[in-house]
Amino acid sequence: MKIHEYQAKEILRKYGVATPRGCPCFSVEEAVEAAKKIGGKVWVVKAQIHAGGRGKGGGVKLAGSLEEVRQHAGQILGMQLKTHQTGPEGQKVRRLLVEEGADIKKELYLGMVVDRGSQRVVLMASSEGGMDIEEVAAKSPEKIHRVAIDPVQGLAEGDAEDIARKIGVPQKGVAQARDFLKGLYRAFDEMDASLAEINPLIVTGDERVLALDAKMNFDDNALFRHADIVAMRDLDKEDPAEIEASKHDLSYIQLDGNIGCLVNGAGLAMATMDIIKLYGGSPANFLDVGGGASTEKVTEAFKIMLRNPRLRAILVNIFGGIMKCDVIAEGVVAAARQVSLKVPLVVRLEGTNVDIGKRILAESGLPIISGSNMADAAQKVVAAATGK
Amino acid sequence: MSILINKNTRVMTQGITGKTGQFHTKMGKEYANGKNCYVAGVTPKKGGQSFEGIPIFETVREAKDKTGATVSVIYVPPPFAAAAIDEAVEVGLDLVICITEGIPVRDMIRTRYRMQGRKTLLVGPNCPGVITPDEIKIGIMPGHIHKKGPVGVVSRSGTLTYEAVGQLMEAGLGQSTCVGIGGDPVNGLKHLDVLKMFNDDPQTEAVIMVGEIGGSNEEEAARWVKANMKKPVVGFIAGVTAPPGKRMGHAGAIISGGKGTAAEKLAVMEECGIKVTRNPAEMGKLLRSVLR
Repeated sequence: MKIHEYQAKEILRKYGVATPRGCPCFSVEEAVEAAKKIGGKVWVVKAQIHAGGRGKGGGVKLAGSLEEVRQHAGQILGMQLKTHQTGPEGQKVRRLLVEEGADIKKELYLGMVVDRGSQRVVLMASSEGGMDIEEVAAKSPEKIHRVAIDPVQGLAEGDAEDIARKIGVPQKGVAQARDFLKGLYRAFDEMDASLAEINPLIVTGDERVLALDAKMNFDDNALFRHADIVAMRDLDKEDPAEIEASKHDLSYIQLDGNIGCLVNGAGLAMATMDIIKLYGGSPANFLDVGGGASTEKVTEAFKIMLRNPRLRAILVNIFGGIMKCDVIAEGVVAAARQVSLKVPLVVRLEGTNVDIGKRILAESGLPIISGSNMADAAQKVVAAATGK
Repeated sequence: MSILINKNTRVMTQGITGKTGQFHTKMGKEYANGKNCYVAGVTPKKGGQSFEGIPIFETVREAKDKTGATVSVIYVPPPFAAAAIDEAVEVGLDLVICITEGIPVRDMIRTRYRMQGRKTLLVGPNCPGVITPDEIKIGIMPGHIHKKGPVGVVSRSGTLTYEAVGQLMEAGLGQSTCVGIGGDPVNGLKHLDVLKMFNDDPQTEAVIMVGEIGGSNEEEAARWVKANMKKPVVGFIAGVTAPPGKRMGHAGAIISGGKGTAAEKLAVMEECGIKVTRNPAEMGKLLRSVLR
């Protein structure tokens, strides 16, 4: 799960991580009031969306007066902000963060992720802040420093100080940077984060480190023990089809193509998308109905796929194990009737009770195209989608 | 021969009184030598009861001491599953197969940390389990699609593994053991560990390795194959069409920071002498072609 920058900063402050003073705002008036309350002479008005690259897209602006705060807030609020992470349609800005201007002497980078290799949380830090860290990793990997964190001891003081020095925190600021890093790890660990990124981390004129930006993602599997994080969810920034799917315990991701895929199991679902592409088609979605699909679940899955105006054909690919093919077949027939299906439907069934399943499909009287195996089904659905 | 489990394995079910634990214990008991293999169940506060004639104990230690079971399978719900693994490791079982899907990563990091220096092997979590066809089935895979034979199968996914097995059967090939290592980022045995076992197993003549986008376990396994493997290995990686930054169902199946793409994995595997296919419908055919 993703949250906004201002929410991440609220969490981090509780762990002693230094951030600029700021205030979330939902209107231009609130933005001006916030700037007054914060005081000073320079403010930053920042669009709050679930994507990076906001500055380049015009979503982050510096204001030298309250009038400028008003102007910028008016421009940014409601804009359709496009960045390299939003996709071509962009995201509508409905929230702002107004912050005090910071005295930036140096920009650094901090990131924390779960590393599969070491099976631990890894802190990554670099002197190259503000830049795309993937670019730094590709061009000058020696500039990225890593520490795998011991889950019982936490981030060791020595490791934290060492990292701070390596990325160029001045000696005077090392102790404060150490506490910053330790706080960041404690927040990551206690909140079940899956990613934390401070880019840039700045060194101020008085040689302190400060989180100028903050991004945190959380482990969906751990949300059951974090009601406070769940309350931060901004459904406006999530795909409506994906939200609807998650309500029915379906795993759905919309893609650019026109062939809908309904599959049981994540690996087989990906392989089904791959084989469609291999035969010259283009998948419209990833959809895993999971291990225990009922008629209702299959019907919902069809409805979600059919919301996509690009959809030209559907491929159902089921390898029944615990899930029996006859149950799936009944679900498919019921769903096709209920949604009065207009696009061609190709079904490939294999596994437990496959013969009964195939008979149910054949006797339904519906124009269902049967695929004898994965390759046959994929070729048939690609042909159907292109009208051949 | 086979790897990890065989007809002489004695297994306990942790979480035997839950619906899933009951269903799959019953299925496992009905498969091949299962009635002799499934000897115990564990559910706290339900000790002294029984399920399908299988005695239930309060703790893993008691189940092990009373029945001699050395392997456990876990169907405990996600919030408690990592603690169930810890208990089995603490008692020193040989092997723990954790089927549970949805365990918080933080819990698994701590469990893997505690497992350091211990003898217990872990398969999973979030996996279909392990089957040695015609001998024993521990997990949620459909038993009837398998038969005994020369091919080892190791995979990160569930139904895609069944697909691979289905294709092997169509090519007339049975399996030595099929191991589903699971789709989570922090887990037990990796492709590499299982390949090592297949390399040493006299029954296994060739191996099919099914991977997914995310991480670099397949690449590490491929490099080991190049240097050490005496048997042919074929492979497929799911997720060529997956967009970066999107989690494709499994917590581990995500391309992040430009790493873990299918193209990258396939290239490394080919470099290391693994025959790969980009067509998931041709896994069985490909394996057939490398068997003499």
